[in-house]
Amino acid sequence: MLDTVISSIYRYVGCCIGRGFGGGSRLKPMNIAEKILARASGRSYVEPGEIVDAVVDRVMFHDLTGPMTLKVFEEMGGGLVWDPDRVVVVFDHIVPACSITAAENHVKLRRFVENQGIKHFYDVGRGGICHQVMVEKGHVLPGELVIGADSHTCMYGALGAFATGVGATDMAATLLTGRIWLRVPETIIVKYTGRMPEYLSGKDLILYTISVIGADGANYKAVVYSGDVVSHLSMDDRLTMSNMAVEMGAKTGIFEPDDVTLTYLKGRASSGFALMRSDEGASYSEEYELDVSGMEPQVACPYRVDNVKPVSEVEGIHVDQAFIGSCTNGRLSDLRIAARILKGRRVDKGTRLIVIPASQDVYREALREGLIDVLLEAGAMICNPTCGPCIGVHLGVLAPGEVCIASINRNFIGRMGSRESKVYLASPATVAASSIEGKITDPRRYLGGAV
Amino acid sequence: MIIDGVVVKVGDHIDTDVIIPGRYLGITDPVELSKHVLEGLDPNFPTRLKPGVILVAGRNFGCGSSREEAPVALKAAGVRCIVAESFARIFYRNAINIGLPIVECTGIQSYVKDGDRITVDLSSGIIEASGYIFRFKPLPGFILEILRDGGLTNHIRKLRGLTV
Repeated sequence: MLDTVISSIYRYVGCCIGRGFGGGSRLKPMNIAEKILARASGRSYVEPGEIVDAVVDRVMFHDLTGPMTLKVFEEMGGGLVWDPDRVVVVFDHIVPACSITAAENHVKLRRFVENQGIKHFYDVGRGGICHQVMVEKGHVLPGELVIGADSHTCMYGALGAFATGVGATDMAATLLTGRIWLRVPETIIVKYTGRMPEYLSGKDLILYTISVIGADGANYKAVVYSGDVVSHLSMDDRLTMSNMAVEMGAKTGIFEPDDVTLTYLKGRASSGFALMRSDEGASYSEEYELDVSGMEPQVACPYRVDNVKPVSEVEGIHVDQAFIGSCTNGRLSDLRIAARILKGRRVDKGTRLIVIPASQDVYREALREGLIDVLLEAGAMICNPTCGPCIGVHLGVLAPGEVCIASINRNFIGRMGSRESKVYLASPATVAASSIEGKITDPRRYLGGAV
Repeated sequence: MIIDGVVVKVGDHIDTDVIIPGRYLGITDPVELSKHVLEGLDPNFPTRLKPGVILVAGRNFGCGSSREEAPVALKAAGVRCIVAESFARIFYRNAINIGLPIVECTGIQSYVKDGDRITVDLSSGIIEASGYIFRFKPLPGFILEILRDGGLTNHIRKLRGLTV
């Protein structure tokens, strides 16, 4: 009941841009991460280090974390989930099932969804990669607290939500209670300044950011992406950047909601929401200022996401496989830039290109725009929306000694298959250009920019 | 809560893909999972872990995916406690939730070697290792309580008045 009460109060309050949240008396300023946690825990003020008992607005789990979640849920005594309308279940990691075990797991989850009366269920062919589905179908709204049984749940921060990943046991407990304990994080603010070159993407910005902050530089902390440059970033770019906040250890990576957010939510948001933003004078534990003017496309080299180099330093490395897809970079703008680069060209004969649209909707729109045709013509293999190759399970697993350049989020040992394979992370533009030459290639060679 | 065990050391940034590769996810039997633990680091690693191990790690242990199979596999392989310079946050929560004690302690790495016997006192925040005493910030009371119950599952069963 409490969640209903809190959310109704919250919606009544409505728009509160730039003001303290909680009524007449002047409160100490909070940043957006703190404000969302204060609201979710029914408090007027919270500060870093405090542990809050928060009411969640939405939870999500998928076919890979689902089976263990359900096992634990039953071990906890089972029963009914606290609110089936706030639960979203997406099949994406192993779709369609590639083994009997995966198929059995799907059966178990379908039964749970049916028994619990969960309406927001995306079966094989109905949705796509969970994080894309969550934002695309309006399951995430600004100012909300969203918990997902997947580390890249932090992606929803692009919409101004506080979203974070948990494991199966936390998810099971949240399904039962609708609540979760969270430590209020310190917040790092990253300000992007300068003029962003046309060839650069959100992926390049976030790879560079991770190289500066480090793979554990934001552990237990929230990151707020800010500065003049971000107001010009598309939602797709923002989603990529929030998605990878966890690669620097962050709990969540937030963009303050603005016109881009509102435009994206038009026709998607199923209910009202408050545009919560940081108060003036809010404090941050660290501040970074990154000038993006003239920045080169960036590549993260094996086996660390913070092992980032400008593309010019790694050009020429042979790639056996090029992969464009995943929750990080499988959206429409990613397929558009890939098609722009590959139009009228061929994937090198020593290289294979795999393209996976992030969702059924992205897939359909890419077909409508003729992007899929361009990619097929170039020799790409198009696979169905899934996480498959990104976790080294199916549709593009690497052999020992093979090298892949991928638009995904992790390049750990064995991430895409053999522990003796290597993964380089880059933007879809860099991946597409590299597929043409069969080696890591500066995309500016194909985008008309100076190299 | 006092835990003693034999040290097995690992380095910095041990990610969950290395702890349990993606292709083994979907297996829910902890013992089956433990046969592949840290395979990404060394295919023979599972044979180095025996009941009573205390894993001593560097920075950012457990970074990467939210897969709870990572601490589950370590626990089933015999790991009693993990001491690290720092942990990634999801792994931290997952370990506590499945009843695997973990503590953050700075500087211990360079004072212990594989095979040393060490003692970790969770409540007082003291580690005794090779004649040295290391102090760490004790875990908050509610986390110790979850650990005492053997993890969040039993803790919730208790709160719901069910048998543990």
